[in-house]
Amino acid sequence: MSSVNFSLAELMIVAASEAWRGNGEVLASGLGIIPRLGASLAKLTHSPELLMTDSETLIVEEPIPVGPRGDYVPKYSGFLPFERVFDAVWHGRRHAMVGPTQVDRWAQSNLSVVGDYAKPKVAMLGVRGLPGNSINHRNSFFMPNHTTRAFVSGEVDMVSGVGFNPERWAPGMRRDLMSIGLVITDLCVMDFNGPDNAARVLSLHPGVDFELVQERTGFPLLKADNMGVTAAPTAEQLAIIQRMDPHNLRARQLKGNPVGIRTAEEVRG
Amino acid sequence: MNKLMTAADAVGQLRDGMTIGFGGWGPRRKPMAIVREILRSNVKDLTVVAYGGPEVGMLCAAGKVRKLIFGFATMDAIPLEPYFRKARQAGTLDVMELDEGLFQWGLKAAAMRLPFLPARAGLATDVLTHNPELKTISSPYADGEVLLAMPALELDVAFVHVNRADKLGNTLITGSDPYFDHHFARAAKQCFVSAEVVEERFELDAATARLSTFERSMVTGLIEAPLGAHPTACSPAYGWDMEHLKGYSDSANADDGWQQYVDKYVNCSQAEYLERNGGAERVSSLPMPIF
Repeated sequence: MSSVNFSLAELMIVAASEAWRGNGEVLASGLGIIPRLGASLAKLTHSPELLMTDSETLIVEEPIPVGPRGDYVPKYSGFLPFERVFDAVWHGRRHAMVGPTQVDRWAQSNLSVVGDYAKPKVAMLGVRGLPGNSINHRNSFFMPNHTTRAFVSGEVDMVSGVGFNPERWAPGMRRDLMSIGLVITDLCVMDFNGPDNAARVLSLHPGVDFELVQERTGFPLLKADNMGVTAAPTAEQLAIIQRMDPHNLRARQLKGNPVGIRTAEEVRG
Repeated sequence: MNKLMTAADAVGQLRDGMTIGFGGWGPRRKPMAIVREILRSNVKDLTVVAYGGPEVGMLCAAGKVRKLIFGFATMDAIPLEPYFRKARQAGTLDVMELDEGLFQWGLKAAAMRLPFLPARAGLATDVLTHNPELKTISSPYADGEVLLAMPALELDVAFVHVNRADKLGNTLITGSDPYFDHHFARAAKQCFVSAEVVEERFELDAATARLSTFERSMVTGLIEAPLGAHPTACSPAYGWDMEHLKGYSDSANADDGWQQYVDKYVNCSQAEYLERNGGAERVSSLPMPIF
């Protein structure tokens, strides 16, 4: 059953949850409120086998609601401090959804600097775990602001996460351990499974047309054969999201907390 | 055997140009009482090695950092470290930017007295481009795989902050995550540990003894520093001080903001420092952050 009243954030949470479908017993790491709620929704619906933590060091079988917990007492089932997270990363049984500042046509990602490396216009966090994550296990991207500044025309300014650019790979390096999952944006859902790993639009959010997505992307996009409209959340999914986010932190993740079903004019702003 | 000393004694071991590491992770369990002692000293031209939090920004702001070896610099709830960012964007900071796991590998190689450890992290990225000193190797076995040879990150001095210690140099980390302090301790020629509590001699039960993550033989000196991680968190005792970190972050927007911060929070005794942060009672009851 579809529900009419849902926000864009909720639509994106449901879309994000699909990234982890059929992954097996991987460590599901959703970085940020919407990806984390997506992972929680996946575990509570179609993929109970997923491994999750309390976003600190302990493993939980019941995903923990985001924000202040009130009376809720987490139930722990194991220990995963950073050192073991690195072990899990290098072992490969993990799927992270991360929010880089830039992504390019080769699915390379950047979380380090914008501009010249020696004297950057903007210094962000640093590469963090992107190099190791991206070469060892599947990564999806959460890009809440779909623009040509986020999806750049050339290479990203500092390649922090690996992608499919053949010039970056020397003979003998193993490229078969990397994989790119879904790209969830405020306009659409994409992947990099077109010919030669070209970016494809899998579904458009309500009110969005392909031309707009292309206009706001710095590299050419393909339409997936069955490209449709991103699935609306069901009442059951919305109830789970509400339970996992009792303080409605999801309403603060996207500028203006847009509704899920927008007119073309509302989308174009 | 008594390894107890003052923060000034420990910082007195530093020389210009040394490579020094800090344990902890971002805004968590950083040896900040020692960092403030370094800020008060004349030492300069340091190479700083850290999973960076505010200690990195403060040392940058004070002009003490020649080179930073890092995977990130962040205060988490305030994602961008203000003075790290300033130094980076001014183009004045020499950096070796590494993947978090690669960074661990460099410390572990140093800890095991190996020249390098092989890894995939960093291949096919600009981590290689911008760090020409990083070399690749081919596996000598049938697979022939090309790997990154992460060089040992050898430290002259490491500083870490722990929950409990005894005068012999035994330490316990009772918080949620031991991070990589054990690698820092082993990678360094000298390791100075600050502790919330220093006891005469541990007499622990077996379960508690398991909370030690490196041996006392790694510990050169011990500094008693109650609330010594403030303004960073020290799980399970106290959380980070968001009010303080916000003020610190905002200070970067004022022309003399750093000097004002130094006047208020660095050029003072630890007792005055705690008083200026609302007193020991307030600091010790700062709630742990919820994720």
